Amino acid sequence: MSALDKILISSIKKGIVTASVDLSKIEALGLELKEMANKHFGRSFNIREMDTGSCGACEAEIIAANNPIYDVSRFGVNFVASPRHADALLVTGPVSKNMALALKKTYAAMPGPKLVITLGNCALDGGIFKGSYYTEGGVSSILPVTTHIPGCPPTPTEILRALVGLLKCFTG
Amino acid sequence: MEYQTLLEKIQNKHPSILVGANENCDDEIYIKSTPEKFNELCLALHEELHSPVMSMFAQDLESHFRVYCSFLGIKYKKWFFVTMDIAKDTPQFKSIAKEIYSANLFDREIKELFGIEPLGNPDTRRLRLHDEVWPNGFFPLRKNFVPPKETGTLGEYKFTKVEGDGIFEVPVGPVHAGIIGPGHFRFSVAGEPIINLEIRLGFTHRGIEKLMEGKTVEEALQISECVSGDASFAHSWALCHAIEKIYGLKIPERASYIRAILLELERMYNHVSDIGGIATDVGFSHPSALASIIKELIHQLNIQLTGHRFLKGVNMIGGVTKDIDENKKALLLNVLPIILRDFNELKQILSSSTSFLDRVDTTGMLKKKTAEDFGVLGVAGRASGIAIDLRKNAHPAYVGVDFSPQTAETGDVLARLNIRIQEFEQSANLIQKILGKMTPQSINEKSFSFKEGFALGYVEGWRGPVLYWININKERKIERCKIVDPSFRNWQGLSYAVIENIIPDFPLCNKSFNLSYAGTDL
Ligand code: SF4
Repeated sequence: MSALDKILISSIKKGIVTASVDLSKIEALGLELKEMANKHFGRSFNIREMDTGSCGACEAEIIAANNPIYDVSRFGVNFVASPRHADALLVTGPVSKNMALALKKTYAAMPGPKLVITLGNCALDGGIFKGSYYTEGGVSSILPVTTHIPGCPPTPTEILRALVGLLKCFTG
Repeated sequence: MEYQTLLEKIQNKHPSILVGANENCDDEIYIKSTPEKFNELCLALHEELHSPVMSMFAQDLESHFRVYCSFLGIKYKKWFFVTMDIAKDTPQFKSIAKEIYSANLFDREIKELFGIEPLGNPDTRRLRLHDEVWPNGFFPLRKNFVPPKETGTLGEYKFTKVEGDGIFEVPVGPVHAGIIGPGHFRFSVAGEPIINLEIRLGFTHRGIEKLMEGKTVEEALQISECVSGDASFAHSWALCHAIEKIYGLKIPERASYIRAILLELERMYNHVSDIGGIATDVGFSHPSALASIIKELIHQLNIQLTGHRFLKGVNMIGGVTKDIDENKKALLLNVLPIILRDFNELKQILSSSTSFLDRVDTTGMLKKKTAEDFGVLGVAGRASGIAIDLRKNAHPAYVGVDFSPQTAETGDVLARLNIRIQEFEQSANLIQKILGKMTPQSINEKSFSFKEGFALGYVEGWRGPVLYWININKERKIERCKIVDPSFRNWQGLSYAVIENIIPDFPLCNKSFNLSYAGTDL
């Protein structure tokens, strides 16, 4: 056995030491997600993530949803590097004035049908940054928003659950 | 020399100048200067204390502006503030940035937020209120500020131009390919090597310092947790620290210890994430996956200890809201060795790969002199030989815990990686030690009386020093809150570290600093 194999096997064996996440729940959610992605999006649901002024924690949780414990990509959800091949735009942050143009341009670059998902309280209506001289007060003041994932930040499990909910409603 | 001797020296030279401690807290010395003597005094402190400008900011007082410039006197465990008052009808001062380069960004900040002109500073371009969307003449931190009716396509930002045969520019961002904050990087290259990098930020500006004004302390505390999400504990602690200093509030030892434990957990999940990120950026995916598992474990540990993956809602004025009781202590003592064992594996994978080491060794070198000039601190500073760590040098929560800052000399990606590895292990160790010192006690002090005043709260967050200077007014509201996240100063370090490297190594250099967009942009 090579050193790498040993490490891999030992990592797998260890599992999760602090049991605050129920792995079987994630599996179940994931299977639902996969079914929906298969049905409506030809097996892959592609998301372009965009930060319009978030504090960074929402990004961290989206990244966590991609870690080996949640691993959303195995359920057919991919985070892509360009809006050109995205089914959905996932937006965080209250839309700083400096990002309004970039947000519009990114949306314009997407092929239709275009879904827009807001993630985190401040993307909804500015959240804690509401009323600032430099925020637009949420994504919906600029783009038509399909759905919202609440939280500050939402946990990876909540993100998974919300994606399942979105795809279930999707009939387009 | 004792700090009193230093102050006496200043006093003898400038008998008309008032020097004294902040009445609320004895670790802050204020030197009330005049505009004429301001630069001379700053320079004297800078040289005497070997401190960069830790923060420099203005405040709009009814009849005039006041400018503060602060330095850290490590060996005295004191902060020194030089202040000057500036008349409102001539809003200008003589810039000190030519003598003390670390003042430069603060000059630009003061100009854009207050409209006070730093005379003699050749670079006063705006940092956050982008020329493209924000009209001239609107200064948000003036008390009589009224937002412009229209914003939109206006001016243009002037990038530094490098000219000559074969030089070309590569613009990148603000929107990047990954799941990451926005920033614009403009490389000037001659063939492969980078000869200049200009970093333009401010894209996530949310007007936080203005938003803080007029808020209650509790509201401000909530905002502080959203300044830079991956350092939300450091930020909220720094805010609490400032308020507690103003109130003269002694928090229970147990509360201090719990804060220290949670701050170390914040450091651990971020450091391991960055170690994995460095592996990702050279395409070494297995260790990066292992690192993200360790990070996830710590987030889950955070939930079990505090109910929040990012430790929000824990800090309160007077202490903490969540105890670490015997069960949680047992959990920590159980889990930490497992985390360390996994971490050890991660370390071994990285150190046994020569091709990995080859990529990080001597890449992105930041010289000590450059780091000092720019006032680079925290992980990046320590990797270049600047041994400043507020936990050691100034913070009461770590008193009596044996601890010394980790430093390196080479200032390359490898050095920053090694500092993180050492600090990760050190943090786990510190937590175990601090757990041993905890005695049954209350976890917060709820009886305190309100006071107006000002003070500096400071914490060594995982990136470096997080500073909150806060002034509370008679109405019990925030009058002024100046936040300095370490990222603000350290981005300049990155722009020098990449010089002579090739663009494909930029992500690697960037990750090894891993600075916060949100914390810089405010
Ligand atoms: S919702 Fe909360 S966690 Fe997410 S970006 Fe906004 S402030 Fe940060």
